[in-house]
Amino acid sequence: MDCRSPLAKVHGLGSAKSGTSHWWMQRVTAVALIPLSYWLITFLNLSFHAPYQYMLAWLVTPLNTVCIIAWVLAAFYHAALGLQVVIEDYIAAEGIKIISVWTVNISFFMLALAALVAVFRILLVG
Amino acid sequence: MAEFTLPKNSQVIAGKTYTAPVGVTNSRRFEVYRWNPDTGENPRIDSYELDMDNCGPMVLDAILKIKNDVDSTLTFRRSCREGVCGSCAMMVNGKNTLACTKAIDSYSGTIKIFPLPHMQVVKDLVADMTHFYAQYASIQPWIAAQTPAPADRERLQSKEDREKLDGLYECVLCACCSTSCPSYWWNSERYLGPAVLLQAYRWLVDSRDENTGARLDELEDPFKLYRCHTIMNCTDTCPKGLNPAKAIAETKKLLVQRKLG
Repeated sequence: MDCRSPLAKVHGLGSAKSGTSHWWMQRVTAVALIPLSYWLITFLNLSFHAPYQYMLAWLVTPLNTVCIIAWVLAAFYHAALGLQVVIEDYIAAEGIKIISVWTVNISFFMLALAALVAVFRILLVG
Repeated sequence: MAEFTLPKNSQVIAGKTYTAPVGVTNSRRFEVYRWNPDTGENPRIDSYELDMDNCGPMVLDAILKIKNDVDSTLTFRRSCREGVCGSCAMMVNGKNTLACTKAIDSYSGTIKIFPLPHMQVVKDLVADMTHFYAQYASIQPWIAAQTPAPADRERLQSKEDREKLDGLYECVLCACCSTSCPSYWWNSERYLGPAVLLQAYRWLVDSRDENTGARLDELEDPFKLYRCHTIMNCTDTCPKGLNPAKAIAETKKLLVQRKLG
């Protein structure tokens, strides 16, 4: 039986005094992804239609290299931040919540790493 | 974990029907949620056909007519009957509102009346507000100032600063907004909800308060504040026409401002 007063239950463990950075970075990455996703449409269009060598030459130009790396970083970071919020919303059991958040963060970190390795491999090896 | 199966007594069954007296030409049907903790029965929906030629204009008038003329066991809260006390908050035709300021004529057909959603029900239309009021108490809704008030007059506030409280001070804490918020449904143990966050903002922007930083410290939390995902049900449902979602957004802006300068 929980005999704590209603106010004690509300206070719980107190404020985490964090959360603003998480919320803010979700907005920053979202805004960054607007122009980057327009660039991505061009990129995807080319990668479906252009010959490989043309695609390679297009991708090694500094602007396009920066754009693809920026898109990968922003998209995976945004996805990890967003999914964490979804998990916190819907999973109340502390253990499962923490494991899920870790799983999501590590998965997206590995995916971003794999994407970056692929980009550098294409750029350097050809 | 999110609850996908509901407790056994959550299933609402059909209840009694009270037909309109013979000779009534202008009747209206009200379907009301009934639950009595003492009987151990499932909640039920009772139907009341009321004589509209002999009933006041508001939803609360219809409920009072049921209580007075038809079925005295119906339990609900009411006090001021003019939208100031916030007691008669309930869900009417799927939307939270104050029964006393909502006209029956603003609906067509049958009117369905339920208690505030996702709250523990005490009886019939009465929701348990204990946790909600404790959340309100937790934000310390009173002025906090080290500087003593002037001995010969009240603490001064400019007209411009006073105007910052418009749209905030009118809140009557009826809980229509908080109980319409899906985020509050899922995480009300930790999320403060729109009503309490609007009240918290009311003290953040009060020019006479000297505790802004500490108040922001208390709110800066992934659950207390950041469960708001701008769903906007709060603003949509507020029977006083206020905008809790905006107050929450302004609070988030203050926190970003504090962090980034």
